[in-house]
Amino acid sequence: MRRFVVVAVPYLWLLALFLIPFVIVLKISLSDPAIAIPPYAPTLDLSEGWQGLKDFFAGLDFENFAFLTTDDLYWKAYLSSLRIAFVATLFTLLVGFPIAYGMARAEERWRPMLLMLVILPFWTSFLIRVYSWMGILSSEGYLNQVLLALGVVAEPLTILNTNAAVYVGIVYTYLPFMILPIYATLEKLDMSLLEAAEDLGCSRLSAFWLVTIPLSVPGIVAGCFLVFIPTIGEFVIPSLLGGSETLMIGKVLWEEFFSNRDWPVASAVAVILLLILIVPIILFQRNEQKQREAEG
Amino acid sequence: MKTTLATLAAATLAAASAGAEEVHVYNWSDYIDEDLLTKFEEETGIELIYDVFDSNEVLETKMLAGGSGYDVVVPTGTFLQRQIAAGAFQPLDYDKLPNAEHLWDVIRDRTEKYDPGHEYSINYMWGTTGIGADVNEVTEILGEDAPVGSLDLIFDPANMEQLQECGVHFLDAPTEMFPAALTYLGLDPDSKDPDELEQAAEVLEAVRPYVQKFHSSEYINALANGDICVAFGWSGDILQARDRAAEADNDVEIVYNPPKEGALMWFDQMAIPADAPNPDAAHEFLNFIMDPQNMAQASNYVYYANGNLASQEYLNEDVIGDTAIYPDQATLDNLYTVTPYPPRVQRTVTRLWTRVKSGT
Repeated sequence: MRRFVVVAVPYLWLLALFLIPFVIVLKISLSDPAIAIPPYAPTLDLSEGWQGLKDFFAGLDFENFAFLTTDDLYWKAYLSSLRIAFVATLFTLLVGFPIAYGMARAEERWRPMLLMLVILPFWTSFLIRVYSWMGILSSEGYLNQVLLALGVVAEPLTILNTNAAVYVGIVYTYLPFMILPIYATLEKLDMSLLEAAEDLGCSRLSAFWLVTIPLSVPGIVAGCFLVFIPTIGEFVIPSLLGGSETLMIGKVLWEEFFSNRDWPVASAVAVILLLILIVPIILFQRNEQKQREAEG
Repeated sequence: MKTTLATLAAATLAAASAGAEEVHVYNWSDYIDEDLLTKFEEETGIELIYDVFDSNEVLETKMLAGGSGYDVVVPTGTFLQRQIAAGAFQPLDYDKLPNAEHLWDVIRDRTEKYDPGHEYSINYMWGTTGIGADVNEVTEILGEDAPVGSLDLIFDPANMEQLQECGVHFLDAPTEMFPAALTYLGLDPDSKDPDELEQAAEVLEAVRPYVQKFHSSEYINALANGDICVAFGWSGDILQARDRAAEADNDVEIVYNPPKEGALMWFDQMAIPADAPNPDAAHEFLNFIMDPQNMAQASNYVYYANGNLASQEYLNEDVIGDTAIYPDQATLDNLYTVTPYPPRVQRTVTRLWTRVKSGT
């Protein structure tokens, strides 16, 4: 009985929060747009009984998916999102790893406070934090004021509304997702391994390279997936900080949904996005499982 | 942002005192004198929850999804027409709207094509889409005879290349930008012909590199602060920027001109969603807004003309006397209106717009 509950609860969770919404989106992606509320047809009318159900299924087709292949906008947007997510993940790792390493090496009594400092900004609304970056990065923003005052630049830099600002926004927002898993693995690291390495003639640097890094790989992988996966579909950061040349699938989805009022095509874009995401999600699950088994 | 925070605060307060009668109004940002909101609450005892948007697309999606929870919404005429077809609104009960007698027939006639017989909507405000320019900066860059009142200013790449150094914003609204580009080409601004729309997109693409941002509300502050020197935007918004700059006394002198080649005239209509939770209160709000003094107070604040004839005697001289707001006959003859794009053309326009903005 207990075993049944342990297995059933996660599956019910998956059914309610993932599968059912997905089926709804999939259903809309097979419909046709209409000037109505809601703006697509056919809608399922259960009062018509069996005939209604048959009519409903007869009205569905894969036309919208075929449409996506006729315009290179879509695959360009998918590719561009993947590229932005990849580069942003790399930067987040470069910034996040040293922070996590520093935290794990700090004296034990400082660690809870350092951890708190990483988590604390989360208590402020995400939207407000992104807005404040607009204030920092704009051409009259704090960053440019400081750079101009120090004489580093003669003209204010244009950062806001470019891809650079998008990267800054993503790295800042997702940094804790990178730091926390890496910190968790580094903190558990057995220090005697490093001592052993040094006893055996390793320099500190090569001990770091040969012992610390390989042992922190599970944390690095987990952190990278936690940043990479949500970044692909990111909408808020590129639309607030990005310029019009920032092409991301979230923005394309928005245009289909709002400007074209074409919910079926918007849903088809979303279904494909999910299919693209499934690969990294499965890899992430594997990584987690492997780690649990190694610990178990 | 400020308004959004205020709205959030208002929403929280409203939730705390649930039970009282409420009316939820969804209007454009920077589009009312907020004292009127308090006045409505005091006069009627109805709690007013006021929320704002800055694009017709966002409003339309909420309407078509249904269950928006709003009692009064303010779509632009072209969007209203399509939403009526989708069954998004309920017919108005004119028995509950005695102030409707003050409506101005000139505007009633022009909005007839969007809502025949005004079965579903009343005019709130109307205006034109045109060019806002910081004259000092623009003449400094382009010389004394800079074409500030002509589409040449924003669609001639030679001008735009020079203007980019002081900053240009365009509306992020294809339904506004395509008619303007078509007018510049001497074509029908209401054209649905894919070839002509393609030509319009080419006009926009030619100046795209010099446009700092496509956004539909940021230009008010940007113009007023002197961050940009030219904006293609909505009349009243630019006039608000003009006044903010004058108040700040920051050497920024904004003028608004409807382009001499022809300017888009648009109408924002108040309507009641079919599934409005409190249609009675919605009618009360509409009737309150149509009171001549209230309507005048709103126009005096936002610098948009309204569709209320009786309100005109209460308008300030800098509103009723300003031909940029209440155009003279010559300008009025030069204004055009457009109709909604059918779905297939809409897709073409959105796609072209994405190409203009992102180069893809």
